[in-house]
Amino acid sequence: MADPMKIRAQMKGDVAEVRVLMAHAMETGQRKDNAGNLVPAHFIQQVTVEVGGKLVIQGQTGTSVSRNPVFAFKVKGAKAGDKVVVNWVDNKGDKRTDEAAIAA
Amino acid sequence: MHPKNLALAACAALPFLAATQPAQADADRRAVAMAVIKKDFEPRGQAGLDRLAEDGLQTLCNRTGNNPPAYVAQRLEADQMAGIRYPSDGKLLGDWKQGEQIAQSGRGFTWTDNPGLPVGGNCYNCHQIAPKEQSFGTVGPSLYQFGKLRGNGPDIQKYVYGKIFNAKAFNLCSEMPRFGHVGALNEQQIRHLVALLLDPESPVNK
Amino acid sequence: MRIALILAVATATAAALPIPGWAQAKAAARKPPPPAAAPKAEEKDAATLEFEKFRAEMEDSNPAELFEAKGEELWKARRGPRNVSLAESCDLGLGVGVVKGAYVQTPRHYPDAGAVMDAERRIVWCMVEKQGFNFDDIAKRPFASDTHTPDITSLVTYVAAQSKNMKLAVPLDDPKVREAYEIGKEIAAYRAGPYDFSCNTCHGADGKRIRMQALPNISTPQGALRGVQGWPGYRMTGGVMLTHQWRMGDCFRQQRFPQPKYASDAVAYLLTYLIGTANGLEYKGPGIKR
Repeated sequence: MADPMKIRAQMKGDVAEVRVLMAHAMETGQRKDNAGNLVPAHFIQQVTVEVGGKLVIQGQTGTSVSRNPVFAFKVKGAKAGDKVVVNWVDNKGDKRTDEAAIAA
Repeated sequence: MHPKNLALAACAALPFLAATQPAQADADRRAVAMAVIKKDFEPRGQAGLDRLAEDGLQTLCNRTGNNPPAYVAQRLEADQMAGIRYPSDGKLLGDWKQGEQIAQSGRGFTWTDNPGLPVGGNCYNCHQIAPKEQSFGTVGPSLYQFGKLRGNGPDIQKYVYGKIFNAKAFNLCSEMPRFGHVGALNEQQIRHLVALLLDPESPVNK
Repeated sequence: MRIALILAVATATAAALPIPGWAQAKAAARKPPPPAAAPKAEEKDAATLEFEKFRAEMEDSNPAELFEAKGEELWKARRGPRNVSLAESCDLGLGVGVVKGAYVQTPRHYPDAGAVMDAERRIVWCMVEKQGFNFDDIAKRPFASDTHTPDITSLVTYVAAQSKNMKLAVPLDDPKVREAYEIGKEIAAYRAGPYDFSCNTCHGADGKRIRMQALPNISTPQGALRGVQGWPGYRMTGGVMLTHQWRMGDCFRQQRFPQPKYASDAVAYLLTYLIGTANGLEYKGPGIKR
């Protein structure tokens, strides 16, 4: 199973700052291993973020995103205590969902 | 023994003790350190355990904190000098363009290097050389304008060739590797490096 | 409630951010140099400054945290043939299960093992002696590669993170640790191999560089600190988490030496010298490296 994400969410004024760290190999499919064989593509394809029960991001990602990527964004209208739920699905069908509450 | 003689003997012994006591402790620790190194390394790739053994020069530099007494240093430098093999045809100046490529390459001798590939000169790792290359190290002195400042006659050619072949012939505990002595660079490669530093057409001297 | 998404930035750890920074720095570095003048000792060049800016940004979201989280799970889980957790069996020097502040107080001498051990070596010892893992299995692939991060790496990252912003305090008043320090100092000075290099060839004087890479002088507290800070570190090149043990081995590789054995006295003594020299200075926790 995929390793957990690290989610940090904090109110800054009336805006919530959210940072998500995802553990993923993000293989492009173009890299060769030491033996010279192509490493098959393996990357996160879909990311969704819900804040306080509402979908705020539905995004598609590709092979240009690095290994163990960081996503940072700001959400207006959220409040301390709201739940941030992040979900990703990769091209092999692996998925992971983690959540955190927005800190004051 | 008469008390006076005893006092004299003690006086005579004091400087000796002061000088040897810490040195002795260091020597003991060095012996332990070498035993630890011997037991705690394993061969990998082209880097075998034979590389852990000191040659005579390394022994002397290691024992003296890279500061050997001048009379010993001079003799050993002479030994190193005698081992420098100059090209039999007497031609010391090669092609500076190839020299630049050799100077750029830091490849060679590590356990991840392919032993079949040519070894680089590692020159820019430690020296400023041609002005275009801004990614240069500062462990060694700048060689920019080397030939412009010193000329490019036979004496300086011989000096540069010898220095690259075996820097220890000129300064026994120099930090610079002995590229020719250990077979890292061959005659032709050293010639190209001599040209990089001395050829008036080389960017080093522009 | 109306939630508006005002900004979404995908920061790719290796790709998106550094390119503009480096491109600028490289462009700046193309300016013609002053004739024959090597840069002064502590003068920071454009590339270094750019990288420091980038690093500061990355430290806020260091992927090392992922390994820290994994390490915490591993530390607390019952594992190995004996099905015990490290949390209930492993003494890093401050008592069984105590991780807070343990990393900055290693290497130290462990009477139960009869050896001076750095944190990584000690955790390996616990995995073998307490959990029943086989040492050779761990030592076979001790460091992370582009496809695999061993458990020990995550464990070390977790333990190191529990010493964040604490002062390095290697117990050098313990005679056995002091002896290890002195032997480590000798190992650092030992010249051998095809290029006559020792650790000190590169790391024994102030203000030196290899190419653009500034070389810390490990004989001074500040220089030694630079050799300690950021390890274990997340290396952006390749995206791998690497430990201080790995770093010592890579130095020997570049020294053209053979490889130091994993979790050996030689590495523990060298780390005792390095970290002990930086005693009293603040350790910032797992870092991020180029």
